[in-house]
Amino acid sequence: MSIAIDIFSVVAICAGAAFFMAGSVGLLRFPDSLTRLHALTKADNLGLGLVVLGLLPQADSLLGGLKLVAVWLLVQLASATVAQLIAHALRRRGPGT
Amino acid sequence: MSVILALDISLAVLVLAVAVWTIVSREAFAAVVGYVAYGLLVSLVWVRLFAVDVALTEAAIGSGVTGVLLISAAVRLRGTEAAVAAEWPGAASRLLAAALCIVVTAALAAVVLMMPDPGATLAPEAARHLAATELGNPVTAVLMAFRALDTLLEKVVLFLAAIGVWSLAADANWGGIAGPPHATHRRGALAFLAQLLPPVGIVVAIHIVWVGANEPGGAFQGGAILAAMWLIVIMARLAEAPAIGGRRLRLALVAGPAVFLAVGLAGFAVAGAFLAYPAGLAKPLIVFIEVFMTLSIAVSLPMLVLGPPHRPRDWPSS
Repeated sequence: MSIAIDIFSVVAICAGAAFFMAGSVGLLRFPDSLTRLHALTKADNLGLGLVVLGLLPQADSLLGGLKLVAVWLLVQLASATVAQLIAHALRRRGPGT
Repeated sequence: MSVILALDISLAVLVLAVAVWTIVSREAFAAVVGYVAYGLLVSLVWVRLFAVDVALTEAAIGSGVTGVLLISAAVRLRGTEAAVAAEWPGAASRLLAAALCIVVTAALAAVVLMMPDPGATLAPEAARHLAATELGNPVTAVLMAFRALDTLLEKVVLFLAAIGVWSLAADANWGGIAGPPHATHRRGALAFLAQLLPPVGIVVAIHIVWVGANEPGGAFQGGAILAAMWLIVIMARLAEAPAIGGRRLRLALVAGPAVFLAVGLAGFAVAGAFLAYPAGLAKPLIVFIEVFMTLSIAVSLPMLVLGPPHRPRDWPSS
């Protein structure tokens, strides 16, 4: 049973890392700021979610697991807000930047 | 070579690379972004060195609060950047600067390489006397008991720094509202975050101060989180920044150093030395001091970030 849990953790964390990789490639390759923003926020939220999901069975206690989930939620809140702020600043500056 | 060692080495290389990028980037804003990334990477390094207390402080102060301070400075200096770039120093002064940097680097490298291995340490001594403080976290014991004088002076420095920032104000602005005037009344995404985050942040900050006695955490880390919550609320225009003449603000600024000093002086009478704690009361006294220190840190950091005060036009004349 514990091997199955470990395999689940490894698979979930690797999938999360793949999303981070995709987000980074998008950041480097996409043509303009808005698409780069899209790549980063979507991929990072999912990537971190999968990493947290993989770490959950490894948590020492219920409280530790809840802290991991709280970290994920807080990062989502922060990155969603920052994405909105950057997009707002871009729109104010006008197209073509 | 194990996987962990490979990861550590790549982390170290990454830190150096980001540091070089930060130094060579010509634009102040880009350099600040590099500095923030550098701070976050360095806090990962502290985690790898099992210094979680330092990692928390580095992430909260070195990267977070200092990052906000430097970003607002970079934005304010943006107009002057072209003029600064035009004044590019000549070859002689650049050579001199390079030579000086090399000498300092070589001296630092020599000192590090000549250190005895294992280095001289007081760690076993501190660990042996940890029980006397009734604390579980050796870092807090060193900060608040064994080296309490350093921590006290550190708090006084923070207080002096806030006064230094205020003293940059023009005479007419003295006693005004902390920070530069704001043109717009902005709401939206930031206001949403400023409404949602502080309840969570305040709970986390209090938790971090409280567990600091036994686990990584403490007044500085918790105070920095409280400061960040206050700054978000001010930046989102949900609340006005405080007037620097306000009595409550000034009381909060001096509370930490004052309580620390008072307990330290009481140590003469009760325990026979400055900053000595009477046996059996060490932990409650330390927690008591930390509560006031947290308040002072939470108030003085935003004062540093906001900058010198201004007086709005409709401000009542005093």
